[in-house]
Amino acid sequence: MRHLLSAADLKLDEIETIMDLAEEMSLVQGRPVKKLPALRGRTVVNLFFEDSTRTRSSFEIAGKWLSADVINVTAKGSSVSKGESLRDTVLTVAAMGVDALVIRHHASGAPWQASQWIDAHVLNAGDGTHEHPTQALLDAFTLRRHFRTTEPGLLDFSGKRIAIVGDITHSRVARSNVLLLNTLGAQVILVAPPTLLPAGVDSWAAAVSTDLDEVLPVVDAVMMLRVQRERMSGGYFPTSREYTIGYGLTLPRLRMLQEGAAICHPGPMNRGLEISAEAADAANSLVLDQVAAGVSIRMSILYELLGGADDSPPPGHREAVVHA
Amino acid sequence: MSQVLLAGADLLGRGRADLLIADGLLADPASAAADAQRIDAEGLIALPGLVDLHSHLRQPGREDAETIASGTAAAARGGFTALLAMANTDPVTDTAEAAEHVANLGRRDGRTLVVPVGAVSKDLAGEELAELGLMARSAAAVRVFSDDGHCVADGRLMRRALEYVRAFGGVIAQHAQDPRLAGRDACCHEGAISGRLGLAGWPAVAEASIVARDVQLAELTRSRVHVCHVSTAETVDVLRWAKARGVAVSAEVAPHHLLLTTDEVVGYDPVYKVNPPLRPAEDVTELRKALADGTIDAVATDHAPHARHDKEHAFAEAAFGMLGLETALGVVVETMISSGALDWPGVADRMSTAPARIAQLTGQGRPLAVGEPANVVLVDPAARSVVDRNASSSLSRNNPWHGRDLPDPVVMTFWRGECTYARS
Repeated sequence: MRHLLSAADLKLDEIETIMDLAEEMSLVQGRPVKKLPALRGRTVVNLFFEDSTRTRSSFEIAGKWLSADVINVTAKGSSVSKGESLRDTVLTVAAMGVDALVIRHHASGAPWQASQWIDAHVLNAGDGTHEHPTQALLDAFTLRRHFRTTEPGLLDFSGKRIAIVGDITHSRVARSNVLLLNTLGAQVILVAPPTLLPAGVDSWAAAVSTDLDEVLPVVDAVMMLRVQRERMSGGYFPTSREYTIGYGLTLPRLRMLQEGAAICHPGPMNRGLEISAEAADAANSLVLDQVAAGVSIRMSILYELLGGADDSPPPGHREAVVHA
Repeated sequence: MSQVLLAGADLLGRGRADLLIADGLLADPASAAADAQRIDAEGLIALPGLVDLHSHLRQPGREDAETIASGTAAAARGGFTALLAMANTDPVTDTAEAAEHVANLGRRDGRTLVVPVGAVSKDLAGEELAELGLMARSAAAVRVFSDDGHCVADGRLMRRALEYVRAFGGVIAQHAQDPRLAGRDACCHEGAISGRLGLAGWPAVAEASIVARDVQLAELTRSRVHVCHVSTAETVDVLRWAKARGVAVSAEVAPHHLLLTTDEVVGYDPVYKVNPPLRPAEDVTELRKALADGTIDAVATDHAPHARHDKEHAFAEAAFGMLGLETALGVVVETMISSGALDWPGVADRMSTAPARIAQLTGQGRPLAVGEPANVVLVDPAARSVVDRNASSSLSRNNPWHGRDLPDPVVMTFWRGECTYARS
């Protein structure tokens, strides 16, 4: 694997390899000394054009536990307003001799563009309203663990129904999850008011519903998406109250779920808006497991990209590292 | 002044004849002087010089992206002898002085006639009328007004503009884009691809709804409206309806909307970011039909050069626009001639006669007849080449045709009898 830009890049066996490795990586989390020497001498730059404390921390911890040198570069604000092009920013950072760039950008497609310009590995840590493939991987990893508690040895998600609820239009988490969960064989149901369903959603490999009550009783897991408060001023829905009543995972709705059905949320949660405190803290809520899984999955991916024997950056690139 | 004899050219594909260029005019070939320069035009078709209703020449203001010299050189290479320079320069062409400045730069540096388009509103802000009458009375004699790049979204302002320019036979060229339905963040066609890529969409209705309003305003005010860069089948339907009612409306289509589709944006390459955006194949088909049957009157390039660094941003943040002057005729040959949708007289109409009529350019878009201005382009209907963005006369490289095999018909261009481009 050269880059991780989209969840669609991953085949079933690759997803399973990443998840199996993440299981091993998760063992490190329980040790008093949380350090593996796997990526010693490798440099990972977290290039964040948009704030995201949790994703950045997760990548930073993952890299450090693998002994990589991890540097955080914040390039907040529009590069257009600063007068530096995206290409210049990316080339500048890459020219310092980094092995992998973890890119978070407020604009869709930016990591893909970056991967065209540089030799280093590019990891998409969330681009605009496009994709967030490591989030989808950690969600799948968390769900696999959850499903395995009752079905030991479960490999893929065939026969599983998973609902994704909320602002699908603006959600990179939803896009990556639809792609990844399909590869894993699950049936995905998207639930949102029509204003928050993206153009062309009928062509996605997912069922679509505008009625959460009809969907909840039949799913094995429900992923609640964060609702940005600014969507209200955009006229996507009238009030937060109306949203909660229509699409929130409220206490009454919690009881509609099948026993053992999992509750996920990529965070940060708006308690009381898209998810009630009771749902967030329920026994079958996997919210904190997702956060923990994030580190394991990102360790696994960094190792896949940088630690493999087949990893051979172009000669010029290595020299740049030596002379740096 | 020396004479040039174009020997054996096929005039608009209707039959072979010699053309004699003398003193900037077409003259009787029988009167050719013994020392007239003879150019063998055997196998070539002669068309009246092309007229572009819609170019962005970036001067004054962004001379790093294009100048009147470089833009008109690209135009001459594309077979054009006149072009209308859009008003969104810096400063904006919203006063008589600014319009005269552009016209003067054209006279000094142009390889084609350069006709300034005046802004409809001050500073293109869409709030108050610019000095339309003074621009019309100026030495630049502005007749076409447009806030292109921005829509005159306020219905009342559009109504006043249409009414006001009736006094001097002006026309309002509208960039039809409802800013509430397609705001500045809308960067590609709204549909399955925008949804999948997570890009803010530009729905077709944002264009057609403004056109529907404007043709009714034109009817109400008994004035003339011109619709810039029509991109959707829905707009074509509205135009058909309006023309059937006898509304004074004309419309143009850009070459890229005749061939490229929204599928191009899948790779997030900002070279394909253009406003209005590339649309699905069904729209492309309807646009070709509308151009063939005259519902769309003209082809206009919307040539929009940008400095490299203004395109090397994330797709959503990169500048809108693509080059078009050098390749326009090639794209029209590919999409309209090759399919039989238009013949050569049809191409001459859509790319020369009709745009000259819309812009009221008396010396352009004329028949190839004795006594007419010698604005002529010689084309080789069979020539093709692979477009190389680095071989362009434009200062910019945002060329969506780079690497594509296209008809490359323009062999020579004459403007007022002077050769402004000759294939080497």
